[in-house]
Amino acid sequence: MGLHAYLVVAALVFSIGLFGVLTRRNAVGILLGIELMLNAVNINLVAFSRFHADLGGLIFTLFTISITVAEVAVGLAIVIVIFRVRRTIEADRLDLLRG
Amino acid sequence: MTFETVGFWVVAAVLLAGSLAVVLTPNLFHAVLYLAAVLVATGVMFLLLGSPFLFGVQLLLYAGGVVTIMVFAIMLTERLVGESIRQTSRYIVNGAIVSAAVFVGIVGFLLQSPAPAFPPAIASDTTAAIGRALVGPFVVPFELLGVLLVAALLGAVYFARTED
Repeated sequence: MGLHAYLVVAALVFSIGLFGVLTRRNAVGILLGIELMLNAVNINLVAFSRFHADLGGLIFTLFTISITVAEVAVGLAIVIVIFRVRRTIEADRLDLLRG
Repeated sequence: MTFETVGFWVVAAVLLAGSLAVVLTPNLFHAVLYLAAVLVATGVMFLLLGSPFLFGVQLLLYAGGVVTIMVFAIMLTERLVGESIRQTSRYIVNGAIVSAAVFVGIVGFLLQSPAPAFPPAIASDTTAAIGRALVGPFVVPFELLGVLLVAALLGAVYFARTED
């Protein structure tokens, strides 16, 4: 398979994830969309690494995967705190900072 | 049709169908299960691209860790009985327009660039090469990653603790 096949699949997954981020009301649903987008980027990095015969892409993917795990842990902790305080995690109703 | 071509199209179909299911299913718990399928399919994609080590990392960290804490978060924030776990989406038309525009932009950019030839593999064993690179030129970011993980762990515990 050519490089472009991988890149197009990754672009599709990225767009679907973006759609999820834009349309989901629930904060956990938004995080799921962000996960999809980050996965698409990882596919891109590994594909570029393979087709340019460069190890850097694999190392970078390793770092993004680990950092994503940290991001999800902190993000979900914040979601749980918000739920405790406001009794909802619907993004539309979290307007405490609205000017 | 080689084995790799067939494998690629099967994995790509699973990946795209799973991604659509993640964003479209009304039940958030099902969405997390579909996300697990998508993450495993991504791992198989890494396998097709010749990096079995990243396949293992993807299974352990994403499909194992992230999915588990997602399930925990849903269980802690949703009342499992009743309608609250079902949820509707908003701005569906606007979201579809924006994501379609982003996709068209990316593909338009791709069409302008020439496709590189398939080069021989980087190393016979990419796992060993990654290991050497992590303790060689990439040792400082690798150590910083450890600090970041400890900070994230402490931060998550600090946020989620009860007041008493």
